[in-house]
Amino acid sequence: MLRPYPNEPGSFVANFDVIILGGGPAGYICAIRSAQLGLSTAVVEQDKLGGVCVNIGCIPTKALLHSAYIANLLKESKDFGVEASGVKTDYGVAMKRSRRVSDQNSKGVEFLMKKHKITVIKGTGVAQPGKKVKVGSDVHEAKKAVVIATGSRVKGIPQIGLEINKTTVISSDEALVLERVPDSLVIIGAGAVGMEFADIFQAFGVKVTLIEALPRILPIEDAESSDVLAKSYRKRGIDVIAGAKVTKATVGKDKVTLDIEVGSEKKQIVAAAVLMAAGRAVNTENIGLKECGIQLTDRGFIKVDKNLQTTTPGYYAIGDVAGPPMLAHKGFREGAVVAEIIAGQKPPPIKYDNVPSVTYCHPEVASIGLTEDQCKEKKLDYVAGKFPFSANGRARGTGETEGFVKILRDKKYGEILGAHIVGAHASEMIHELAVARENEYTVEEIDLAIHAHPTMSEAIGEAALDSLGRVLHI
Amino acid sequence: MATKVHMEALSPTMEEGRLVKWTKHEGDPVKSGDTLAEVETDKAVMELVARADGQLLKVMVPEGTTVPVGNVVAWIGKPGEKVDGDGAAAPAPKSAPQPEQRAPVAVRSAPEITPADATRVKASPLAKRIAKDVGVDLKLVQGSGPGGRVIKRDLEGASATPAVATATAVPRTAYGAQRTPYEDVPLNQIRKTIAKRLAASIGPIPHFFLTTEIDMERAAEAREALNKQLGEEGGKISFNDIIIKAVALALVQHRACNAWFQEDHIRYWNEVHIGMAVAIEDGLITPVIRNADMKSLREIAAESRELAGRARNRRLKPEEYTGATFSVSNLGMFDIDQFTAVINPPEAGIVAIGSIVAKAVPDGDRVVVRRRLRLTMSCDHRVIDGATGAVFLKTLKQMLENPLAMLL
Repeated sequence: MLRPYPNEPGSFVANFDVIILGGGPAGYICAIRSAQLGLSTAVVEQDKLGGVCVNIGCIPTKALLHSAYIANLLKESKDFGVEASGVKTDYGVAMKRSRRVSDQNSKGVEFLMKKHKITVIKGTGVAQPGKKVKVGSDVHEAKKAVVIATGSRVKGIPQIGLEINKTTVISSDEALVLERVPDSLVIIGAGAVGMEFADIFQAFGVKVTLIEALPRILPIEDAESSDVLAKSYRKRGIDVIAGAKVTKATVGKDKVTLDIEVGSEKKQIVAAAVLMAAGRAVNTENIGLKECGIQLTDRGFIKVDKNLQTTTPGYYAIGDVAGPPMLAHKGFREGAVVAEIIAGQKPPPIKYDNVPSVTYCHPEVASIGLTEDQCKEKKLDYVAGKFPFSANGRARGTGETEGFVKILRDKKYGEILGAHIVGAHASEMIHELAVARENEYTVEEIDLAIHAHPTMSEAIGEAALDSLGRVLHI
Repeated sequence: MATKVHMEALSPTMEEGRLVKWTKHEGDPVKSGDTLAEVETDKAVMELVARADGQLLKVMVPEGTTVPVGNVVAWIGKPGEKVDGDGAAAPAPKSAPQPEQRAPVAVRSAPEITPADATRVKASPLAKRIAKDVGVDLKLVQGSGPGGRVIKRDLEGASATPAVATATAVPRTAYGAQRTPYEDVPLNQIRKTIAKRLAASIGPIPHFFLTTEIDMERAAEAREALNKQLGEEGGKISFNDIIIKAVALALVQHRACNAWFQEDHIRYWNEVHIGMAVAIEDGLITPVIRNADMKSLREIAAESRELAGRARNRRLKPEEYTGATFSVSNLGMFDIDQFTAVINPPEAGIVAIGSIVAKAVPDGDRVVVRRRLRLTMSCDHRVIDGATGAVFLKTLKQMLENPLAMLL
């Protein structure tokens, strides 16, 4: 990889088998898998390795959510025989800890790149025809493929006057580095991001109002999951307003006034800040897509075939830019699969209907497959089996009795059409059902697997039994 | 010390043998020269005899398993004697699914050894349930899951098959309530030898040809009557349509000719899909009339006309010209009296139709003029033997000479 004309600007620099634009989850996994398969690989990253997930997404929020969990736990600790008086919260400290966690993870990705002898090119990559990538004045050439994994970013709603100004109208990017919390906060959007920040800020003493345009919070989850969370949040003092439309926003220097409509009712909310948590925009601009003949879908994602190849042969797209669900673990899998395809293998197709969805609020919400409403829409003949954690010994012991496990069973063959868990550690428990669905186990195999006692996971076995009309502990 | 029983070369050309039946069982006393098992070689079923005295201590391969010559198949020794490696040392027996396997032997003193892949069907629990409900034999399904495991997706068409059959409300004469589209039968040793020898003799497909002359007088009358009845509404029935229908119905009765040669097994189809050779500008293509045995003449006529039209305009979809189980080629319109057609693999047969010509034929002690057709069947000898093809042709001839037989 010598520089043939070292002094000439814009000269051809190096050849790789694969060049990946973006070092987020999809990109770095694609790089590692490519290197494992013996391909010489380069990753172009303009910021820190690990992308949104590691630096301003999944990882730091999990650190903050744990701080929030401890704060809430201490409020109840007296019941457990532990008196903690004078408990104070300091978001600045929690934030700094979360930054350290992010940095550790980003360094971890850097180490992985070195370990696999992957070249990391710092800068903004622009794809060019002929499987080339331009970074600054250097042009790199890929012998086999260029992989676009440029990810997504937060977005505001400028149409109603809510453009992100980073002071009173913020996004998760700013929320993650606040030194101090605002007195009051309106969160617009009650998907995973909105739900998690509502949980965090409420625990740190902020008066939180959570606004969702769709009729219920966590709109992509099962309606029963939404109900449990709405109830839990309201109990904690979070103002949850679903089915609400923001008609007008007046952004002041230190406050924001929102006019909202809920059905026929009109309301005005004033808060110190607004956190925009409604949707993300994909990073498809200024990366040379048009010049390479790479087309987008109607919704703005990069158009890909079933091998994740774009409309231009030799150019692939993975992760958020390749379409929903915009989840790191979906990007991971696409990254690995594309590397294998480029290396000439035939990996099993990705099952997009078997991607778990997790929201790490308290209680956690995790799901896989269809919701009960989707089963009804598809006119499937199903039976819902449900088991509440209030009837689970382990949950009673830890005082985490909120939530349930629900399994939607196909009536004829016992196929697990969908599964929904609300409760402590739901994010960890959902994988039993992910493995089951991946291997086409039916509810009976779930029941046949002996679940240790006492565990939260027993509720999964019981929900499976309930779907067969044989629940034991209720 | 216990003595090994090997698979012996029971014929000079034998490379492997299929253990058809154990005549002695574990625990039975045996004397040198006793018959231990029946083994199918490439030529015949032979006896495998004991070369030592004692007790049959252990049987290493279950019935129905094909074993290379030289492999250990059993142990003979003193009662209670330990056997080396207890099976672990024996090379893994080569086994294929054995639908024709005989019932397992009832009495066995020692614990049974079941080779991992002889009886086990790789399928997901969900696929097993669906298969049981629909009545699909999972051994016959090609799995697309990890390691060739049968998963739900592989069975998606399976439930549709019987549904189509009931929708058309035509009773399936020969195959009755069978729900699978076909059955895979592993090649037995004789069939393997035939396949190898004959393929070496003429190209990869050892063809042979059977010609018969068919009296088409009654078929012609029937055709005229039917077309008169259909009148001006179009959709005239051709001789080719009648022949396709007759071939399909004859195949229902002679499944042995409705098959694909698949290298290590023969796929006997329970469905009849007739490929119809159509000459196009720069070649030849064979659109397929699916389930031709279940379609009316009128349906076949309409479909063949439509497919042929699109074939000439090169507007056929791949699924419309693949998957035939047998073919019909007709050069009658070019005044060809008789010809031989080349088999379209993996199909095992094709009939070539000459032109229908008026001929003087003896009728008792008179001579009458009859419309006659010469039809030649090309057969893949690896699948169809002379007699098999001949009986099929006999049925086909009877149907065409007496079209009412098609109503049976």
